[in-house]
Amino acid sequence: MSAGLVAAVDAQTLVDAVGLGAVFALMAVGIGLVFGVLRLVNFAYGQLVMAGAYTLAFTSGWPVGARLLMCLGVVLVLTMALERAVFRPLRSASPAVMLVTTFAIAFLLQAIARIVDLRDGTIGEAAASVGGLRQAVTIAGVDVRKVTLVAIAVAAVSLGLLALMLARTTLGLHMRAAAADFQTARLLGVRANVVIAFAVFLSGVLAAIVAVILTIQAPLVTPGFALKETIVVLVGVVVGGIDRLWTATLGGFAIGFATGVINGALPTEHTVFLPSAVFALVVLVLIFRPGGLFAPGRTAVVERV
Amino acid sequence: MTERLDSFAQLLVPALLVVAVGVAASLASRSNEIHFLNALVAVAMVVAIYVFVGNSGVLSFGQISFVAVGAFAAGVLTVPSALKGSVLPGLFPVLRDHTIGNVTSLLLAAAVGGIFAFLVGMPLMRLSGLAAGIATFAVLEITHNLLREWTKIGPGATTLSLVPETTGPLQATVGVLVVLLVAFVYGRSRLGRMLRATREDPAAAQAAGIDVHRQRLWAFTLSGALAGFAGGLLVHMLGSITTEQVYLELTFVTLAMLVVGGVTSLWGAVVGALAVSGLDSFLGKAEQGVNVGFTLDVPTGTRLVVVGALMALVLILRPSGITGGRELRLPRRRAA
Repeated sequence: MSAGLVAAVDAQTLVDAVGLGAVFALMAVGIGLVFGVLRLVNFAYGQLVMAGAYTLAFTSGWPVGARLLMCLGVVLVLTMALERAVFRPLRSASPAVMLVTTFAIAFLLQAIARIVDLRDGTIGEAAASVGGLRQAVTIAGVDVRKVTLVAIAVAAVSLGLLALMLARTTLGLHMRAAAADFQTARLLGVRANVVIAFAVFLSGVLAAIVAVILTIQAPLVTPGFALKETIVVLVGVVVGGIDRLWTATLGGFAIGFATGVINGALPTEHTVFLPSAVFALVVLVLIFRPGGLFAPGRTAVVERV
Repeated sequence: MTERLDSFAQLLVPALLVVAVGVAASLASRSNEIHFLNALVAVAMVVAIYVFVGNSGVLSFGQISFVAVGAFAAGVLTVPSALKGSVLPGLFPVLRDHTIGNVTSLLLAAAVGGIFAFLVGMPLMRLSGLAAGIATFAVLEITHNLLREWTKIGPGATTLSLVPETTGPLQATVGVLVVLLVAFVYGRSRLGRMLRATREDPAAAQAAGIDVHRQRLWAFTLSGALAGFAGGLLVHMLGSITTEQVYLELTFVTLAMLVVGGVTSLWGAVVGALAVSGLDSFLGKAEQGVNVGFTLDVPTGTRLVVVGALMALVLILRPSGITGGRELRLPRRRAA
């Protein structure tokens, strides 16, 4: 069985799996950034991506630049509105209350999208590709869709810029300080509202990027768009270690890569129980390594009795 | 004296409300009956969730898994045996060849829900806060995945139909009263009080000799059994069911009911379930167009928008819910 698995993993599958991992890593950063400063797991993150995807679908006839700007604008407005109307009043609430609230927001946004989508009587809108990115190119005998390469490149550049920003700028320093110990950081002069708003803003930018990549890969936009991906990314983030940005990102990438390899290599009838195995893994990690698989030692974020 | 009256009223008033809804169901026209039955089954599910989430203060997205296993256990085993072989050919022989009665199936649903919750709870009840939320969500996903794909234990991705529709007004009312009584007795018992002590202050409760893990596990198991029982009521009300009906949306709606009513009291669970379910039914009608002095016609899908917005608003503005999370108290005269 394992020999068969190895044989079935060809270069094609590997490249696609890396592409999927790159997209998931971007989403993981979007979730991890907000968690770092607010201790809030944003269950509604997928719906931000979905809003961006609908924007791209509804503007299919526009020039590419205008579509991308519009997508970024809509996602950012929605993200900042969430920050102001939901995240801010909840700052002192417990993590569980915040999780339930974003769960409610996720359903709310999905239901609104459904109403908007149903105006023409059908569910689902097709988004036109951006540029010619849906086409494939052949590199060393492997057919790769351009979007896969773009996804990998965009993820690498975004993560690189983010790492530089966190390491080299004052705002980045403040964000790291806030993530480590919010109360102390405030006492030392870190402006909470600015840091939080900036983290949420960055997560919105990442959501817009993910929306563009996902709509190129899968053009049909529905109210449930990116919901499954969000759940899987959340799993990856928790398994990797939500407390640190890099472990969360690594977790997101790992779960995307693993899903890509397994789905590419095994026939469908062998993968129907894959979700159960993945979620069982989550439970095991939460119980035995509450700080996450990649975290050095134990951390205190995850509570146990 | 008034305290005793209070505690009596805390069971009696919700019970009377439930009976009133049951009577309304039996008087309603055939097309309206379903709304009242829906409300009753919702009360059963929300009270089941309350038994764990309300008393322990630990968030769980997983209680609908126990509703699901209860519903499918009761459903699969009550499909008439003459038809079962043809509609559910893939079942284990023991499930395929046996058919049980209505009441037995409800008790079995409770047992299956309780046992499943106990097994899942043993490791999971060590977690709290965020970790508990995510781990119980994982349980919901696993349950859904198994029920959907494993055709030896159920219908898989197809609809389970031909389940006898025995949950009429009488069965729904009696069933909900049983759930209420169990939840009330547990809440007033020594175990219930110990668990609420851990909710208010885990460290102090532990210092007073309370085993937090064990108390949570008791409540989780009881909650699972009640949820399984509610699942049995549900499947016998609907007559046919798919795994999608006992998954994310139901989790969302039942949590919304509990949050809107007030998480920390039985009264809140009952009020929230009835209020949100009433609103839900009304909006469902309004999506078809309803006459309320003028014709109100809202787009399809408004239901979930309103319920979602209501839940978010309550969480942000009044986290203790419309009842303030307190049990019912009789109005009393001021001491002279």
